[in-house]
Amino acid sequence: MSTTAKNILAVMRTGPYGNQTAKEALDAVLTAAAFELPLSLLFMDDGVFQLLPQQDTQGIGAKDLSATLPVLPMYDVERFYVEQSSLESRGINSAELILPVEVLDSEQVKVLFAESASILSF
Amino acid sequence: MILHTVNKSPHTSNCLQSCLRTLSDQDALLLIEDGVYAADNHYANQTEALGEEITLYVLKADVDARGLQNRLSSRFQVIDDAAFVDLCVQYPKTQSWY
Repeated sequence: MSTTAKNILAVMRTGPYGNQTAKEALDAVLTAAAFELPLSLLFMDDGVFQLLPQQDTQGIGAKDLSATLPVLPMYDVERFYVEQSSLESRGINSAELILPVEVLDSEQVKVLFAESASILSF
Repeated sequence: MILHTVNKSPHTSNCLQSCLRTLSDQDALLLIEDGVYAADNHYANQTEALGEEITLYVLKADVDARGLQNRLSSRFQVIDDAAFVDLCVQYPKTQSWY
């Protein structure tokens, strides 16, 4: 888990479409990435739902966030973490997610918080 | 050295539970808005299990508004808005749980 000194940690905790938070978080991350700021993303609680495959938003007329998330590595955003207990309590296997993620237990999450220079809470 | 804030009631949201999972020694937890319901004595077993190195605060205006003045766990320090600002300066990072 390599994090540079002035790394920004975006904590993503909401499902993709129940409200605008996930979309706003992605916009913020893309903007920061466009300015080449060092970013890490931590998905926890319902945030892990943002990484499920087969999202088809046509029926609810919403922008498909799962089409944008996999683009992030092209913006040099490559550090994606998910919290283990959030996955387990939702019966999700990290291998099925749309991004390559590192699964962190609660101790590792604490280290990630401590190591990050600043935190964006979504 | 992170200031965590929680603004949702522990009875209707998992914000506090998620926060408690990530609290480290030397961090601080400040309950605001509906989050103050977690400072109630009745709910204190969740927060009183935290180590002494984690300081617990609750915002006075929200406590008073909700009539919790005489129901608070002694583990929480009641602070006013000015002290809230001081905390934000004292702690280099803040993680908001909402």
